[in-house]
Amino acid sequence: MKAEIARWLHGGTPWIWLSAGAVTFCLLVTLGLLLLLGARGLGHFWPKPVLEAVSTASAPPLAVIGEVAASESVAGIERQLLKLGNRDLLDSDFVWVVPALLENVDYPAQLATVERREWGNLYGYLSGIVQDGTRVAEVAAAEDHEALWRELGQRLDRAAELRRELEQIERSTIAEINSGMEELRLRERRLQLGGGEPAVELRQITRQREAFDRQYGEIRLRLLGLRRQIQRDAALFRIADGSEVELPVADIVRAYRPNDLNWLQAVGIYVERIGEFLSAAPRDSNIEGGLLPAIYGTAMMVLLMSVIVTPLGVVAAVYLSEYAPRGWFTSAIRVAVNNLAGVPSIVYGMFGLGFFIYLAGGEIDQLFHQEALPAPTFGTPGLLWASLTLALLTLPVVIVATEEGLANIPASLREGSLALGATQLETLWRVVLPLARPSMLTGLILAVARAAGEVAPLMLVGVVKLAPAPPLDSEFPYLHLDQQFMHLGYHVYDLAMQSPNVEAAMPQAFATAFLLVAVVIGLNLSAVVLRDRLREHYRAIDSRAWT
Amino acid sequence: MNRASDELFASPSAAVPEPCLDVRRLNLRYANNKRVLKNIRLTIPQQRVTALIGPSGCGKTSLLRCFNRLNDLIEGCVIKGRIELDGRNIYSPKIDVTELRRRVGMVFQKPNPFPMSVYENVAFGLRIRGVNSRRRLDETVQESLQAAALWDEVKDRLHRSALELSGGQQQRLVIARTLAVEPEVLLLDESASALDPISTLKIEELISELKKSYTIVIVTHNLQQAARVSDYTAFLYMGNMIEFDSTARIFTNPLKRQTEDYITGRYG
Repeated sequence: MKAEIARWLHGGTPWIWLSAGAVTFCLLVTLGLLLLLGARGLGHFWPKPVLEAVSTASAPPLAVIGEVAASESVAGIERQLLKLGNRDLLDSDFVWVVPALLENVDYPAQLATVERREWGNLYGYLSGIVQDGTRVAEVAAAEDHEALWRELGQRLDRAAELRRELEQIERSTIAEINSGMEELRLRERRLQLGGGEPAVELRQITRQREAFDRQYGEIRLRLLGLRRQIQRDAALFRIADGSEVELPVADIVRAYRPNDLNWLQAVGIYVERIGEFLSAAPRDSNIEGGLLPAIYGTAMMVLLMSVIVTPLGVVAAVYLSEYAPRGWFTSAIRVAVNNLAGVPSIVYGMFGLGFFIYLAGGEIDQLFHQEALPAPTFGTPGLLWASLTLALLTLPVVIVATEEGLANIPASLREGSLALGATQLETLWRVVLPLARPSMLTGLILAVARAAGEVAPLMLVGVVKLAPAPPLDSEFPYLHLDQQFMHLGYHVYDLAMQSPNVEAAMPQAFATAFLLVAVVIGLNLSAVVLRDRLREHYRAIDSRAWT
Repeated sequence: MNRASDELFASPSAAVPEPCLDVRRLNLRYANNKRVLKNIRLTIPQQRVTALIGPSGCGKTSLLRCFNRLNDLIEGCVIKGRIELDGRNIYSPKIDVTELRRRVGMVFQKPNPFPMSVYENVAFGLRIRGVNSRRRLDETVQESLQAAALWDEVKDRLHRSALELSGGQQQRLVIARTLAVEPEVLLLDESASALDPISTLKIEELISELKKSYTIVIVTHNLQQAARVSDYTAFLYMGNMIEFDSTARIFTNPLKRQTEDYITGRYG
């Protein structure tokens, strides 16, 4: 028996089990996390049934309409979190109820969920449509419902059309005028700073400004007209307490009857909402709407960071491993680089703020953007500084990985190249570096994964809760390095911790977290595929010459 | 160039060849202060095959790597003495090392093709010299591969990876790559030792063919091989040049006792 145990121990079986267990544990944790985020994040977009009931918990029984957002068991009693919506009309839009105290629970087919541009969802019955202050349609009989919803659909389409036109004007024409005006102001200021007698140019500026003013006046009239038109229609909804509320059609994003949806319609709404999540800007203090600016900002920042960190890290690694004389000094540098990877990221954020923004950015403003002072152009958090800070943060990873790759390249290949009369540089450029590409990519993968998920330093150097415009647009110079931007990681933090309405923000936070994880995994996977293809290319060397 | 009367070539049988590499009082020491080569004196004849033989650690590879100054890469390696190529000391500071390495090509023990296509491997030496003319590259690649007796085997797959070739083919590819830069001297460092017998035979045949146009120095552990392919043989022992003579003389009637002991397998 004892001998058997000894044999079992010596055979290594327990260690195999131990390591297999560790791997399983890691796998389970990762999967669990993904499942949790996926279920709660993606489930958020499915149209949920809305119930109507009478709550007998309060002294006069209260009619409630809402959807079940969560349920839990407290001391053996089941309770449910009911999302009542109608945030502008009720004290609180979420309420805990005990199912046993709800009477007349029903899921009426005509109950509507209305997603609004402001104030979250509204739940109620569509009861009429108002045009220019007069009621033009209402429900008199049961079959009127369909006609009324069709009417609402048409008016929603019209409002959407008008809104597109409005946004088009606001985004392009007004932005053009604004940037033209700003340019004029800066030119004027430059002339003032320069001194002298620039009377001719000043007159020209004044003329141009008048032209802009005229143009703006015309557009303002057009906008006013459009706004009046879009406000023409309103929909009437009867809410839980029986009162009727009037809701401008322009404020409705989407209206549907969740209890009456067939499976296909539900999928349609689901896909539409996910599409909105991925392609629209956030609204209602980020609780509702989409994430496009955040996805965009994250991608731009990571891209810019990669562009900065890869050449820098590779060049540093090449110097350290190929050219630096062996000795204590080089070793000390190497240790320092390795330690840099362990510096808390918030320290990098402070450094970025102090060095890049205040010092470098301030200098740039003094030199090139003096006319805009005291308003800073580059001396303020922005995309460029965030990317630089993260490049600094991830530099050690790239250096270490590249150096490792360079060290693994067999001496025989270098000698073969040198023996043909190649210089050290030619050998490096034509033989060594191509072979080290997979390890450089490994470094970049690690860097990207770290940068995409980083939040703390970004809060200091350029990420904001809501950025008015994406950092890349159709206006010269296209990529606005000085602009602040939105970031998925920060968005999660903002939704989860800073939101004025935590319950309402929760699903969006889960969905954002899921998206962030998906983006990081997607970035990683694409880099891994790229690296493996390169490895495949060189694999034959491993088995033959690399000994 | 008129060292033809050197005592070492006093053999009456063969026409006396011109000297190519002339080694004089060469000493080599590595960083651990170990003297690897001691006062080596040796004259490598032109367009002949010279074999360096000796037991492991006798310094033959170190000597070979002196001829193209590949030992320069080893930190702490100190070389004293002279090696003359066409009468000029290759260790003189005026010598361009990359130029020297083009004139003195080297093939290593293990095939080390670059991870590129067959074509690019052979064109490598020309490309780094700035030759980019497609026609010249094509010509040189074909000539070099033909000279290395590899053309027929790879002509249909010039643009596939060199790493897919067999070990013997890879070694001939490396020879072709070396020939492409038109060297005068070819150094082979046990270049057939890691190959199967048939590939070894092919390389040996190739060596006999190449000696018509190149001066060849080989390092080998395989005495039969040295006897088969070389015209002259140098026996090194413990960093000393023990004996240098025509291969026929060394293997049949060596002057030194140590040489005879090694040839007959009494040590090594």
